[in-house]
Amino acid sequence: MSRGLFRGRGLQIYTWLVIAWLVVPIAVMILFGFNDTKGRFNTTFQGFTLKWYGQLFEIDALTQALVNSLLIAVLTMVIAGVLGSLIGLALGRYRFRGAALLTLVMFAAISCAEIVMGASLHSLFITLGMPEGFPTIVIAHVMFSISFVAVTVRARVMTLDTSLEEAARDLGASTWDTFRLVTLPMIFPGVLAGSMLAFALSIDDFVITNFTAGGTTTFPLWIWGVTRVGIPPQVNIMGTLIFAAGLLIAVGNIIAARRRRA
Amino acid sequence: MRTLRARLTPYALIFPGGLWLAIFFVVPTLVMLSLSLQSGNVVDGFAFTWNWHSYVDGITTYHDQIIRSLLYGLAATVIQILIGFPVAYWIAFKGGSNKSVYLFLVLLPFLVSFVLRTISWQFLLSDNGILLGPLRDAGLLPQDFRVLATPYAVIGGLSYNFLPFMILPMYVALERIDPRLLEAAQDLYASRMQTFLRVVLPLSLPGVFAGVLMTFVPATSDYVNSSVLGGTNTTMIGNVIQNQFLVNQDYPVASALSFTLMALLLIGIFVYARALGTEDVLEVAAR
Amino acid sequence: MNDFRNQDPAFLRGMTQRRLGRRDAFRLAGLSAAGLALAACGVQGKRVAQPTSSAEAQSAVQQYWSGKVKNGHVDFANWPLYMDPKQPELKQFTDQTGISVTYSEVIQENASWFAKIQPLLAAGQSINYDLMVVTNGIQFSQLVELGYLVSLDHSKLPNFAANAGPRYKSEAFDPGNVYSIPWTSGMTGIAYNPKYIDTPPTSYAAMWDPKYKGKVGMMADSQEIGNFGMFLLGIDPEKSTPADWEKAAAKLKEQRDAGIVRKYYDQSYVDPLSKGDIWMCQAWSGDIFQKNVSDGTDLKFVIPDEGATIWTDNMMIPKTAANPVDAIMLMDFFYDPKVAASLAEYINYVTPVPAAQAIIKADADAASGDDKKTLEEVAASPLVFPSEADYAKLRSYRSFKNTDEQKQYENIFQAITTA
Repeated sequence: MSRGLFRGRGLQIYTWLVIAWLVVPIAVMILFGFNDTKGRFNTTFQGFTLKWYGQLFEIDALTQALVNSLLIAVLTMVIAGVLGSLIGLALGRYRFRGAALLTLVMFAAISCAEIVMGASLHSLFITLGMPEGFPTIVIAHVMFSISFVAVTVRARVMTLDTSLEEAARDLGASTWDTFRLVTLPMIFPGVLAGSMLAFALSIDDFVITNFTAGGTTTFPLWIWGVTRVGIPPQVNIMGTLIFAAGLLIAVGNIIAARRRRA
Repeated sequence: MRTLRARLTPYALIFPGGLWLAIFFVVPTLVMLSLSLQSGNVVDGFAFTWNWHSYVDGITTYHDQIIRSLLYGLAATVIQILIGFPVAYWIAFKGGSNKSVYLFLVLLPFLVSFVLRTISWQFLLSDNGILLGPLRDAGLLPQDFRVLATPYAVIGGLSYNFLPFMILPMYVALERIDPRLLEAAQDLYASRMQTFLRVVLPLSLPGVFAGVLMTFVPATSDYVNSSVLGGTNTTMIGNVIQNQFLVNQDYPVASALSFTLMALLLIGIFVYARALGTEDVLEVAAR
Repeated sequence: MNDFRNQDPAFLRGMTQRRLGRRDAFRLAGLSAAGLALAACGVQGKRVAQPTSSAEAQSAVQQYWSGKVKNGHVDFANWPLYMDPKQPELKQFTDQTGISVTYSEVIQENASWFAKIQPLLAAGQSINYDLMVVTNGIQFSQLVELGYLVSLDHSKLPNFAANAGPRYKSEAFDPGNVYSIPWTSGMTGIAYNPKYIDTPPTSYAAMWDPKYKGKVGMMADSQEIGNFGMFLLGIDPEKSTPADWEKAAAKLKEQRDAGIVRKYYDQSYVDPLSKGDIWMCQAWSGDIFQKNVSDGTDLKFVIPDEGATIWTDNMMIPKTAANPVDAIMLMDFFYDPKVAASLAEYINYVTPVPAAQAIIKADADAASGDDKKTLEEVAASPLVFPSEADYAKLRSYRSFKNTDEQKQYENIFQAITTA
């Protein structure tokens, strides 16, 4: 049965055009990873080479920035994953006073402009005289990720049937065991989705990190800082590899989902 | 019969996360408000003096940029609705079993760093570059035509960078429309256009609202696009705030502008929410 | 499919209405009080009294340096394009002294660099670098005023004393080189792409020519464009008054409003210039040279008739450096004429060591082919070894007596770039 109202392939072609438009800069990025640059400037395409793939970690500062980004993203994923899931569980399951206020604060955090969040955190740190660096970046990233994780987990929690937990309780399981063996597995897909969201948000964050990084550099910050010479091919390659990794994970997911359905 | 423990559980659960949000989201906003009322400079220090002048000076000096940012944000949001809605619609209704693949393709750009994407566009739109060069050589463009360093480039960049944020919520809302409603409408002799306007569109509004929320705010407060793709008359309030905080270190004016921006956006959001009267925004935004 | 419309009414209310009940009011009041209490203290300023006599200055030096020893490592923060990526000079230094060097090109702009390190230095914390390079100007003055720089022990700088050009030992912004010694000096002039420009520009007026509408690039730094505007009007920036600044700003505004300026660039003007996005721009001398050598482009740089800005990038040691002795040894190492020659051959900016010129000429004689041509150009270039006549045309930035003057200047010119 055909859903929808419009026949013909017009919309389909249009959709493909839009997707192509979305993908064009990625193609440019991948292409410049193969640029055979003669000098220090990587701004015009001069020839095809694979040599940069072999010299991927040649620029120490860049490698350090990438490592920083990955570490921060992992820490954010874990911390925000735990804190956010707890909030999501509470909001989805229980009715309590303060739920409305908390939801409002989270809504504000999600819809707040990044520059405002970054600027206010920066204001806090300079007022307290607290120097900025790796820890302040993690603090900032966890702060803006908690709400996203909480909302994702809450959505998942609300679809769950509490009768399974009640049954476990009836069969004599303690609260902790019930949580560990029944609740946690059930909400796990939501927790995982939220944590991956936190990871993705953290690794690409630029604006808030710009305000709270102090002397530490992350991958997006490093790219922003090298515009004088042009972005070295190593950056393009790292971007390509991150892109490919994400691609593989997503494709893997889709195939797995297909298998499950079949 | 709820035991004390059961009643305390939710508070225990929200305590760590809630505390984090309180200390690092709510308090900093108040600190920034206080900083905006201080005066001084980096060498001599700042002191709290109820200095409302930061707001007055900031707004009078930069009102052009504030208005410009709101306009660019609005333009980018409208463009994204126009471009994105047909895509969301097609994927939701005609995507079939490949829906997740299409959605994934739409989200693909997010796997690449935001800054890299924008810089790639700077390369692509160069006056004599890959896109404009051949057109210029073929004589299809006037000699002094350019895309970079114009407001169009900035708005284009904004529309591009946040488009998936618009498509996704619209898709979620459209996807939940029960096809039987469409059938029912057609059974009642509604034309295709009528069905679209009076059944599909209203039901998609929560998605549109969530999409607008997720794109208008970042677009208005962005400064990367303006910095990379813009020119002399495209400075946005985000550029000014960034400059005042991180270059001039003029904290009172910087905080005043930041607070003003936040207030403007909040007002806009609440007005918009009242107008549309939607309730399950949060959960649509969650997807 | 679950219908989420049967929500807890409290949730709905929270979502769609602003209801400030009594409890919320208390909470808000409590939070506000806490926040305001936090900030009522303000942000501490740390202006330090400067030594008023040479005896005081000497004791400051002795106080700092007594007990400091060589540790075997230096963290050096610099601007991009200031050292050959293979770092031959640093390797030579390590061979000679056994001190390892970590070189980071993390400084992009004086103001944002200062904003990054200021909170750390204010808290007495290390900025992770022992040696850094900052241009003379507003931020350098602020670093001195706030007492963030180490007073140099000149007994540890023999090469500097022996080989530095006389003008670099008597810079107005740091008399007696108390806090800094020059890394390199440079000029801000006009760069252009001959592919698109027929008549080479010789005067600032060329940058205001409507013929080049939309194809002119200017810098975003207020001190740089301020000087540009003043040179156009024949004003000496070093002696300028606020009235002069207003006049210069008016000219710059004209230039912008007529659509002549395409963009105010931070430092990324070289790429658009070579691509043809802009045909002419305000530029730093060495950048153009390096682009030509690196990519084989043919961009040109001129010092206009009316004069140009000369600035000096200086090496200095932050107060919280972990390895000051190693840092000062490295600073002195760069004043060995052979090392200075090697640096100048790559970076193509003005070297503070005049003796390097003879060495570069000798290198040129010994070389062949493209290398020979490049080296000869460097040895003969007025951009690396300006003559006295050249120096006569060059002016520094305006130095400010107090913060208010500085603010006034910045406001006037930032209004142009951030309009």
